[in-house]
Amino acid sequence: MTPRLIIWYGELTTRRRLLKQGFLFLFAAMAWMMVFLVLPGLVLVVVSFATRGAYGQLEWVFSLENYKRLMGFSLFGWTADYLVILWRSVVVAFITTLISIILSYPLCFFIAARDKRSRYMWLTLVIIPFWTNMVIRTYAWFLILAPELPFARIAAALGIITPGMPLYPNAFAVYIGMVSMFLPFVTLPLYASVEKLDWSLVEAAQDLYASRIRVFTQAILPQTLPGLSVGVILTFVPAMGMFVVPDLLGGAKYMLVGNLIQQQFGASRDWPFGAAISMALMVLTMVSLQIYRRRSKEIEHI
Amino acid sequence: MRRTHPIITSLALLTMGFLYLPLLGVAVFSVNAARRGLVWKGFTLNWYIKLFDNQWILEAAWNTLILAVVSTIIATVLGTVLAIGMDRFPWKPKTSNFLDIILHIPVVIPDIILAAALVVAFGLLRLLSSLFEPGLLNMIIGHITFQIAFVALVVRSRLTAIGREIEEAARDLFASDGYLLRRIMLPLLMPGIVAGAMLAFTLSLDDFVISFFTAGPESQTLPLYIFAAVRRGVTPQIHALSTLIMLITVVLVVATERITRKG
Repeated sequence: MTPRLIIWYGELTTRRRLLKQGFLFLFAAMAWMMVFLVLPGLVLVVVSFATRGAYGQLEWVFSLENYKRLMGFSLFGWTADYLVILWRSVVVAFITTLISIILSYPLCFFIAARDKRSRYMWLTLVIIPFWTNMVIRTYAWFLILAPELPFARIAAALGIITPGMPLYPNAFAVYIGMVSMFLPFVTLPLYASVEKLDWSLVEAAQDLYASRIRVFTQAILPQTLPGLSVGVILTFVPAMGMFVVPDLLGGAKYMLVGNLIQQQFGASRDWPFGAAISMALMVLTMVSLQIYRRRSKEIEHI
Repeated sequence: MRRTHPIITSLALLTMGFLYLPLLGVAVFSVNAARRGLVWKGFTLNWYIKLFDNQWILEAAWNTLILAVVSTIIATVLGTVLAIGMDRFPWKPKTSNFLDIILHIPVVIPDIILAAALVVAFGLLRLLSSLFEPGLLNMIIGHITFQIAFVALVVRSRLTAIGREIEEAARDLFASDGYLLRRIMLPLLMPGIVAGAMLAFTLSLDDFVISFFTAGPESQTLPLYIFAAVRRGVTPQIHALSTLIMLITVVLVVATERITRKG
């Protein structure tokens, strides 16, 4: 077979020769990704079927035991403990995303309405927490919710908590921490869309006596959907695997799947079970991305 | 300039307050003279000075810096070469898609899954070589793995933006491969490469989960140090350390904005 000649960048060459060259460019980085990303991922799948030895070592005896355990089956009968944690992680991620969206719209409208100079300043103010270390931001809530400060005092005065106790660990503190962690992840991509918003469509809807809700769902939402989609994915997926916030602000009572995984690789030294939970989280991530894709297509059709 | 409804304005300001209240709280208490508790006892910079006497913190800062610099350099080189390779050669759609998927894995999966996979992989590699004991080398490898993807994506968008015409013109004028790469591609790509490298650097400084899973006893970083310290209770020294890191973040963010805006 004669090699097919093609013109590439104004030069006569063969596809084969070009791809050989291209392969040299890809090789180093792709070899890296294979060795430290793809292979470890596959090993994780295999290990999720393996067995934990008596001293925490891996034993290559394969079974579905880890997944059964995750579903709640054990020697002592059935419990929903692990399933509750998985479900809770999905709920927390969902509500965190929802609150972040609700808070982001007014913020974006506000920033978009500033003049050019102060718009830049406000945006930088949103970007700074976006880039501030997660541990520090969680730690900051740890401080603000301390018993000596007004928030915990007010809560104590209202009888919500015992006086002298901090406002954590509990579900409320987890939500506060999660929303403040992920809010900029929604605001920044959403702003890119809000800035380009065609307000004449919004005014047209208002002139035609559309209710406020219809103005939002039919004139604003479809136009800002591209930015919103990026924000939702940037928030929902990492929120599901989050472990710093629930660890510091939720404690043992409000565990999320991230803490459960960390426990298996830390104190419990049960890698196979940890791998199985990671697989469950992976599946949850994929399923929610898929559902989300369908939904956002439906919204586009309204 | 359009006017915003007062309700929207107040909601927006409340939200900004919600974002900044905790950060300002840490900054305020970092200059509080009280050794224990959260009662205001006067202004002091003592806690900042004491940071530089703390062997553990200095070591953690050093580790954080080494980790970020080394991983960023390697990831920037690998990611840039990968981006050129993906964008400038006539790959079949199937190959391109495959490369694309691999590149997006570290971006879309929760980082705790990558961390778990690395723990298991290093655990098995340890059977081959003691190089893979938990520690700085493992952390560098982990960071490079997610950084490559981000660098490659940023550089690739720059490649698309500059288009192919200039390279074609250079080829027509008989530029050699080396000349083309050094004198044409690299200068044009530079803003993209710098942006990618800065992103990689900040991601490394920001990372907690990957480091937490792969660190050894000798390789504490600042986020790991703070995380461990919180469990022992909050102290003014940790306030000072956190405030210092926040200030560095502010400087980095503003500098990045300036550079990418010019680019």
